[in-house]
Amino acid sequence: MKDALLDRPPLIAPGHTPATVTDKIAATVLDKTPRWWIAGFAFSFLLLLVFLNAVTYLFYKGVGIWGINIPVAWGWDIINFVWWIGIGHAGTLISAILLLLRQQWRTSINRFAEAMTLFAVACAGMYPILHLGRPQVFYFLFPYPNTMGMWPNFRSPLVWDVFAVSTYGTISAVFWFMGLIPDLATLRDRAAKPWVQKIYGVLAMGWRGSARHWHNYESASLLLAGLCTPLVLSVHTVVSWDFSVGIIPGWHATIFPPYFVAGAIYAGFAMVILLAVPLRVAFGLQDFITMRHLQNMGKVLLATGLIVVYGYAMEAYMAWYSGNGFEWFMLANRATGPYRTYWATLMFCNAVAPQVLWFRKARNSVATLFVVSLIVSVGMWLERFIIIVTSLHRDFLTSSWGMYHGTKWDIMTFVGTLGLFLTLFFLFIRFLPAISIFEMRTITKADAPEAEGARSEA
Amino acid sequence: MTKAATLRSAAGHPLHGLMAEFATPAALVSALKRVRAAGYTKLDAFTPFPIEEVIEALDPPRSKVPAIVLAGGIIGGLAGWGLQFWINVVDYPLVIGGRPFNSWVAFIPPTFETTVLFAGLSALIGMLAANGLPRPYHPVFNVPRFQLASRDRYFLLVEAGDPKFDTKNVREALAATGAEGIHEVEE
Repeated sequence: MKDALLDRPPLIAPGHTPATVTDKIAATVLDKTPRWWIAGFAFSFLLLLVFLNAVTYLFYKGVGIWGINIPVAWGWDIINFVWWIGIGHAGTLISAILLLLRQQWRTSINRFAEAMTLFAVACAGMYPILHLGRPQVFYFLFPYPNTMGMWPNFRSPLVWDVFAVSTYGTISAVFWFMGLIPDLATLRDRAAKPWVQKIYGVLAMGWRGSARHWHNYESASLLLAGLCTPLVLSVHTVVSWDFSVGIIPGWHATIFPPYFVAGAIYAGFAMVILLAVPLRVAFGLQDFITMRHLQNMGKVLLATGLIVVYGYAMEAYMAWYSGNGFEWFMLANRATGPYRTYWATLMFCNAVAPQVLWFRKARNSVATLFVVSLIVSVGMWLERFIIIVTSLHRDFLTSSWGMYHGTKWDIMTFVGTLGLFLTLFFLFIRFLPAISIFEMRTITKADAPEAEGARSEA
Repeated sequence: MTKAATLRSAAGHPLHGLMAEFATPAALVSALKRVRAAGYTKLDAFTPFPIEEVIEALDPPRSKVPAIVLAGGIIGGLAGWGLQFWINVVDYPLVIGGRPFNSWVAFIPPTFETTVLFAGLSALIGMLAANGLPRPYHPVFNVPRFQLASRDRYFLLVEAGDPKFDTKNVREALAATGAEGIHEVEE
């Protein structure tokens, strides 16, 4: 009723029951491999090979093959690290925060958004390790007893980051896997071939859908959502501290944590749209990922985009208000210095282009949402470029100024992690349900007023 | 126990219980209430998704998961904090940036992360432990129709271990609830 008043598309196309939802989503996994999947996977795998190529040469030659040097010792690698980890945040927002806020529209997008989180964290995690120079001793970052009597420096945000990112990756995997358990049981029960049944059966660990199981399960998933909410905020906060604890103009700002978190969710929602649009067409899931979901994501994109713009404005305001000449120079250098094209493109991508989403017509158009999301993804990458490179390349002493440009190896590594991400994502959508089946069953109940029987608080 | 061991299915196998099948959650809830009112205690209900009313009607004991998560979080927090304190104050005191050995403010972020890490892992492990999982084999899987419990069917089980269990009476009681099918669950 309410939806008719507000003239909104439904959360799920009418006529669906728990049975149709189950059959339709289970079929995406259990049916024959579609042609488009093989083509898509082959392309992704090719990009992954680019990554292997770039990393092999990196291990052979060292980080000198990248464009980094003094004064800009953090280049594409850290830009990409922040970019990827930020993308992951939307998945946790959808799966945890929107669960606590009882936003039912999250149901059909949370599973693949969580998978996106997991794979984005995997891509992000590559960069700091590759950047170490001696990646084979990455475990020095963790506190472990060793004969050197050496411990990490716990007063450094870089060590906090190790804890934040590894906890984030682990807990995201736990949340994702727990959500999968009832669906793995569904696949076990639907699979026709005995060996397929066995694999999903082992993974489902004997889930029977007993009300006692659900009782503990609901309790655990609510608690995990409650734990993930501060966790996701802490992760990008700690990432922003990597910068803001330094004294470089353009980094040393208290606005960084909220500004980074908003930017992360902004980039993440753009990526969710980029994944959802082809996914719903390829699997014919328009009944489940409806225009309502795309519209809502467009609104989140607009809202978080405005917070990011506010961050830019405050950064500029503080540069002026602080009366600090170096801060003011940093700002002028960004807008008019050698990287001004990057800065102007960033402003167009992040501040100007998404404003089209104020119009209902734009939010109703899949093509517009897709293009805006692409622009935002580029914009958020440029934002990290501007923050990292323009802050470092001209700091306090003119004698230590320099210029930075990525090399072809930087580009190959980045393209390569796109390949890693897509490869993992293609494997995921083929072997696991990209939409949570059991949660969709609750939606069919809740959304159909004529359906008799109990409703569940999902 | 002895009684359960002696009960046999029609095919002569040991009997785990009797299972009734329903098409809607509402039918399951009303059947569950009636069977409970009739005095049966060893019951279980199976649904394709969590249904508050079914859980309420079954009235399981309070979930142990929150206590496990709380304990995990406290242990994680203390472990994270203790690790940093021990490293910086006891094992290798080192002046870094003129800050005190016990720089507790700087220790907050890792402490927070280890708290969430331990609590989150406890949530998964606690949920599995409370549910007795992993358990690949369970007698209910012997009922061919039971695979629909993960699709759109709702099942009610009366276990043979129930003190009041009597195959004929239970079958009649389940039939009276309007079950769409009654299945023998073999061990």
